[in-house]
Amino acid sequence: MSFLQFAFYFLAMILVGAAARVVTVRNPVKAALYLVLAFFSAACIWITLEAEFLAIVLVLVYVGAVMVLFLFVVMMLDIDVARLREGFARYLPVGAVVAAVMVIELGVVLTSGRFDLESMPRPSGHGQDYSNTREVGLLLYTDYVYAFELAAVLLLVAIVAAIVLTLRRRPKTLYQSPARQVRVTKAERLRVVRMPSESRNKENQGDPS
Amino acid sequence: MIPLSHYLVLGAILFSIGVVGIFLNRKNLVVLLMAIELLLLAANMNFIAFSYYLGDLAGQVFVFFILTVAAAESAIGLAILIVVFRSRRTINVQDLDRLQG
Repeated sequence: MSFLQFAFYFLAMILVGAAARVVTVRNPVKAALYLVLAFFSAACIWITLEAEFLAIVLVLVYVGAVMVLFLFVVMMLDIDVARLREGFARYLPVGAVVAAVMVIELGVVLTSGRFDLESMPRPSGHGQDYSNTREVGLLLYTDYVYAFELAAVLLLVAIVAAIVLTLRRRPKTLYQSPARQVRVTKAERLRVVRMPSESRNKENQGDPS
Repeated sequence: MIPLSHYLVLGAILFSIGVVGIFLNRKNLVVLLMAIELLLLAANMNFIAFSYYLGDLAGQVFVFFILTVAAAESAIGLAILIVVFRSRRTINVQDLDRLQG
């Protein structure tokens, strides 16, 4: 057994175990942490498949950003876990049966010889000077540049939507309105009062000099 | 060496775990979102395995876009979750049976 095989089966074991814990553990915080472990193991498996760029992206974007967002939301909400777990034991047998049937079906189809080493041999891999990031970038900015820009617009829409959804206006809070401050005119702030001028003699009364 | 089918079976197992997660945690919106992430991870695993064995980088570009869409989806999903929790004080799916906000 080569090191690659050992690494793959070891990481796959951790990945499946962590994924199983994600859906069965009682505490949502622990589920999020197990999901972090699952994503990390998946990133390691992707590295053995020479997808280094996506592996790093998975760790940075998913483990670094999305899972932190999940943890943040889970800890912010006051969740009654016991009520949410109602019916868990009742649906466990059904779910297990469905999962077993799905895995057996897919396993039978996938291991039927169409995808084994004879019909689809494992490539020998690229040399030391091969840069996965460079190759993906070349493809992304030439053939898929339109889709890439669409993805950027999609992320922008997601940002705006998330902010608009969670923005809460509190009517009692005092705040400045910079737009109104900028738009203010002289007539709103300055009032010129017409009055008679004081005479010089009156002004100097009581002045010691 | 590792045949392609082992990667595909790993993806299949992950996908089934995600489906079971939707079965088991149908009341908890947060864990439902996590199960959807598992489903997407299984799909990505298949894409990358095929991309490597066929020598075609287009699979990795697809994974890139799936990651983008998944990040946007989870961000909006969690935002909706927070809004629901603010107005209802619960994220139990069974309590969310009214349309009127």
